[in-house]
Order: sequence, then structure tokens, then C-alpha cells
Amino acid sequence: MEPILEIQDLHAGVDGREILKGISLTIRPGEVHAIMGPNGSGKSTLAAVLAGREGYTVSAGTVRYLGQDLLEMAPEDRARAGLFLAFQYPVEIPGVNSTYFLKAALNEVRKARGLPELDAVEFLQFVRERIKLLELNEDLLKRPVNVGFSGGEKKRNEIFQMAVLEPKLAVLDETDSGLDIDALRVVAGGVNKLRRPDNAQLVITHYQRLLNYIVPDYVHVLCDGRIVKSGDKRLALELEEKGYDWIQGCTLCEPCTLTPA
Amino acid sequence: MSTALQTLEEFVNTEYKYGFVSDIETEALPPGLNEDTIRAISARKREPAFLLEWRLKAYRHWQQMTEPRWQKAVYPPINYQDIIYFAAPKTRKPLGSLDEVDPELRRTFEKLGISLDEQKRLAGVAVDAVMDSVSVATTFQKDLEKLGIIFCSFSEAAQKHPDLVQKYLGTVVPPNDNFFAALNSAVFSDGSFCYVPRGVRCPMELSTYFRINASKTGQFERTLIIAEEGAYVSYLEGCTAPMRDENQLHAAVVELIALEGAEIKYSTVQNWYPGDKEGRGGIYNFVTKRGLCKGRRSKISWTQVETGSAITWKYPSCILLGDESVGEFYSVALTNHRQQADTGTKMVHVGRNTRSTIVSKGIAAGHGQNTYRGLVKIQKSATGARNFSQCDSLLIGDRCGAHTFPYLEVRNATAQVEHEATTSKIGEDQIFYCNQRGLSKQDAVNLIVNGFCKEVFRELPMEFAVEAQKLLGVSLEGSVG
Repeated sequence: MEPILEIQDLHAGVDGREILKGISLTIRPGEVHAIMGPNGSGKSTLAAVLAGREGYTVSAGTVRYLGQDLLEMAPEDRARAGLFLAFQYPVEIPGVNSTYFLKAALNEVRKARGLPELDAVEFLQFVRERIKLLELNEDLLKRPVNVGFSGGEKKRNEIFQMAVLEPKLAVLDETDSGLDIDALRVVAGGVNKLRRPDNAQLVITHYQRLLNYIVPDYVHVLCDGRIVKSGDKRLALELEEKGYDWIQGCTLCEPCTLTPA
Repeated sequence: MSTALQTLEEFVNTEYKYGFVSDIETEALPPGLNEDTIRAISARKREPAFLLEWRLKAYRHWQQMTEPRWQKAVYPPINYQDIIYFAAPKTRKPLGSLDEVDPELRRTFEKLGISLDEQKRLAGVAVDAVMDSVSVATTFQKDLEKLGIIFCSFSEAAQKHPDLVQKYLGTVVPPNDNFFAALNSAVFSDGSFCYVPRGVRCPMELSTYFRINASKTGQFERTLIIAEEGAYVSYLEGCTAPMRDENQLHAAVVELIALEGAEIKYSTVQNWYPGDKEGRGGIYNFVTKRGLCKGRRSKISWTQVETGSAITWKYPSCILLGDESVGEFYSVALTNHRQQADTGTKMVHVGRNTRSTIVSKGIAAGHGQNTYRGLVKIQKSATGARNFSQCDSLLIGDRCGAHTFPYLEVRNATAQVEHEATTSKIGEDQIFYCNQRGLSKQDAVNLIVNGFCKEVFRELPMEFAVEAQKLLGVSLEGSVG
């Protein structure tokens, strides 16, 4: 099957400092990939480069997304083409009503897909159904985007936006950080319900515990800008059980900086 | 400078849309100011004798005064002898109806998007249009007359209702109030006059559009609005000016008087020519606006959206004299390129249980300098007075500035005064967040700016709110790929 995302030998960094040092990764429809690794290993840089954040330079490699050169696309075009980033630190936009924001976003995505824009009534119906997935209060729709939200609400709001925008590829950047176990379960439940044979998810996490709830098809361990080990979901479990020393063939860090969950 | 910042810069580099010059013949006095100029203005307007005396007195005050320099703005000295104090579009005979208005003039208003016909037909807005110094046409006068409402040019009021003019003129802004108010009092050429009798609710928004057309003219309009006991009126003021290299002076005075239980809502969308990117040309907008809540439970509400002018110096104020009277000030001020705005309000609490609200939103982009300056004064007599002030500044780019000077003078221990202030920057992270949800950079900036101004836009009459939103959009528009 045609891959959704195909990263080949990606080198990227900030201010001339190379952070990603040759990443290759292929994600096909229906797959969930997890990327694990310690702080500073390049996890969030990978998410930022995929979403097209300013300030990151790609020095080598290619990224193809649904057959297009992703790196050539503007950030908003990537989003319209169905690439969604759930932010590690969701941004507050004071004064901008969440419903208004989300409706504008959804209609941009729908326009790009050749679908008619939703009017206010249709939109509200759709959104009310989706908000239940995340067990969020409808009041949230009336509040300004992320303003006055608790840490947990912000993260759930990200997944709620994902539920509304129905991306082809969702990149979840440390969505579990700052969540207590109940919130984690709700968020993971929402993500799982959004899983379909024609979309894919890339779950970036520092800790293994998220993967108890979002079960990945593939696990990649990122260390110092490289994927040092890939496997199926058993890799995460084995990591948990045996500790990171067990990963063989990686001598990048001495002693190893990977910290078991 | 990062590319996101460059994109923001591009937004703020849009040309002034209203910079056309109308080819209308004008009749003007030669430049310069002396008692003869004032006599000439007064004679041309066939004013009653008291008004000429009033002007001359103001002029003599003005001669004793010095131009204030305390505002946070930098500009070269103004040569007051170089200004034309009176210019009027040439007409063959006095204007009786809308149809007699010079077609070129009509086209000017159409370009401004305020076709008098359209206004008349669709919006139900009564318009008094002031071009250079003369009020050109006042629509809807007849309909209003039936209710006893007087809405006309100031000149007409001086001729037809001299008693009302004499009774109220200068009672809120005395001729010697300040340098520019004194200048205005001496040379004001026209403006709007509105009188709403006791218990009458004005059924439509009253509107005035000002436009400076002739070169080197100053526009000194004078507006006087009186709401008798229990009356209500909502008044809209819009301003534009053509592009010119030299700076033009605009020194207006607005006086509002609300008697017992009356309410006056005064909304302004000011889009005078701001000058070019290097700060050449543009309007100096030095305006005195003040309302007197004279009676119990009266209310005066100022809402302003200031996007134009090279320099804005303006503090719409309320004197809360009547017990339980209410003053409000809602403001959005945007400065871009080299624009400088020093604006805010004064709320003077005199009566018991008086209340005031101040919401000020300053947006600075380019090299713009945006200053909020406000005074909340609670006098000894103002037992139970309350004030809430909120001053927020939004910065776009890294070469602009936002400044806040709140002055609080509280002389009564029962008063409650609250002040909140924030300064924020349109962050690259906010733009990126919007981009990542599929919104373009321009939509993102508009969204964020409009969100920032929401509390003020909410106070504008519907059609004005839409215009204001568009205006902000245009003022920040740019070429974004």
C-alpha cells in the first residue's frame, strides 16, 4: 500500500546545530508508530520539522507525504492536506472563541478536500458529537482558544481538534505529559477511536505508559538524532521490563541516557 | 529577524486606500490667522454676533497659550500662519436637497463607501457629511424633525437655533480649556449639531463623515450634542483624508451634554491618512472630546477605533456630575509604520455612586508608538464611586512600542478603583498554531487582532463593527504567499 509518510535520511537542526542526524521512517495507512527517547534526542524537532515550524533547517534528506514533497509545502498547506500536530504546549489565543477558531480551521481543511463549507448549525451538530469522545464540557467551545484551560484540558482539546479535523496523519507530540492517569485514559481512548484503516498516527513520547493505552504497531527508539532500534509493540514492553541497557548496538551515549519509565 | 517576523512586517505595509483627491473647486481664505480671518469665517457663515465675539475671545486666549508638548509624540513645530483656516467646496447656490450636491463630491463619498443615497435607502442612517469645512448634506433631517430632533450642520444650528447654541456651546469644553480647543473655538468652520428633546429616543444612528480634501487646510469641526431628560441618541463619526506630502492639522472639539436619565453613545472610526511608510505627510489629529453627564443617572459612552493619522492626541472624557451617572470609554488604537498615538480618557467622578469603565486596546506595528494616557479622578463628593480600567497592548513585530500612563486621583475613601493592564505580542507560536490548523498567516493575524479587540467591537453598532473589523484587516494586510 502507498505510504502516507516516507522520511529518508532526514538531517535537520536549529541555528546550525544538527539535531536530527539521519532519520528514515515509513508510515502506511492504518499504522500507529511510536517514537520514544529521552529529552534532547530530537523527538520534538522531528514533530516541528514535519509540521513546518519556522526556524528549523533541513540540511539533507527527503520527506514525502501522500506522494508530495512535504518540505516544499507551507505549514497551512500541510495542515489542509491532513497533517495534524497535537502540540506539546498548546498555544493560547485570547479573545478568539474556540468554536469560531475550529470552524475556520475545519472549513479550510474541507475546502482543500473539495468539500462544501459547513454552516454554523451543521458545524455545531458535528462538534457536539465529537466533543463527547474526549469527555470535554461543551462550555469549552464558548471559551477563547486554550485560555484558562488546565494543562489536562489543553491536551484533551488538542485531541478534540484532531477529532474534528480528521487528519490523515496525526503527530502527537508528548500528548501524555502533564496528564494524570484518568485524563491519559480519556485522551488515549479518544485517539484510539479516531484510528481508521486509511489514516495513521505518529505518537511521540518520553514515557512508555502512554503505549499501554495507545497500542502501537511499531516502536522506534530515538537517541541523539538517530533511530537506534525499531520493533513492534513488544519492544516497548521489553524496554520496560529489561531497561534500556538491553538495546544492543547502540554505543552513542556512555553511560546510556535513556531512562526507563 | 526571523521569517515569521518578516511576514508580520509585510502585513503592516499596505497602502492607504482612501488617498484619492477629489477634483472639486474650493473657495478658500488665504493662509494665516488673525482677527480678520476669524471675522471672515464668521461673516461667510452669517453667524449671530455672539458667536463672533465668542470666537474672538477664544482667539485672544489662544494667543496667550503655548502649544502643549507633554504628549509622547515627536513632530516638527507647526506653523499656524501657514494653514488655511477656511475652505469650502464651491457651489452655485445654497444646497437645498441631496440632488443638488456636486456630482464629483457625491462620487467622493461613494468612493468612501458612504454613498448618501445608499445610506439613505438601506441603512437608515442619517448622515451629515463634512467636506473640508462645510457640511454638505444632511439626510433624513425631515424624518427627525417630526420627533423634534434637530440634526444639522453647526452653521445651520447657529443660524436657526442660536439660543440652544449659545446656551450650551463651550459649557463642557471652555474656549480656554487647552491650546487646540482654543484654536478650534476661534476658527471652527463647521461640524454637526444634534439636539434630542426630552423623552425622545432617536430611532436611527446619526452619522457624520469628515473628509479633508483641499491641500493645506486644517479641519476644525465643532460638534455639539445635547440629550434632554430621558433622551437617547447614538452618534457615529467616520473620518478619512486624501494622501498629501505635507501634514494637515485637524483640531476638533466635541461636546456632549446628557441631562437626567439621558444616554449618549458616541462612536468613532477614525481613518485619517496616516502618512507614508517613512512618516511623510499624514494628519495631526489633536482633538478635544468631552461629555458632561449633567443629570442623575445619565450615561455617556465613547467608543473609538483609531487606525489613521500620523499623530493622534485625543482623550474622550466624561465628567460624571449627576449622581449615579455612568461614563464609558472603549478604544482600539492601531499605529503602524511611523504613526504615533497618545490617546486615552479622563473620567472625573463628581456625583455620588458614579461609575466608569475604561477598556483600551492598543495595537502597535511597524515603528508605531502607541500610548495610553488616562486619568481617573474621584472627587471628595463622589461617595461610592467605582471605576474599572483595563489597558491591553498588542505588539506586532519588534520595532514598535506600547506605553501606558494611568493616573489615579482618589479623594474619597469609599471609592473603588481597579486597574488592569497587559502587554502581549503576536507570537510566532500563535501564528504557527493557527497555520497548523490550516489558517493562512494573514487570517491568523486578523483572527488574533480581532480577538484582541473584541470587547471594544462589541460596543460598536453592528454595521460599524463590521467596518471596523475590515479596517483593521486592511490596515494590517500584506502580500503573503
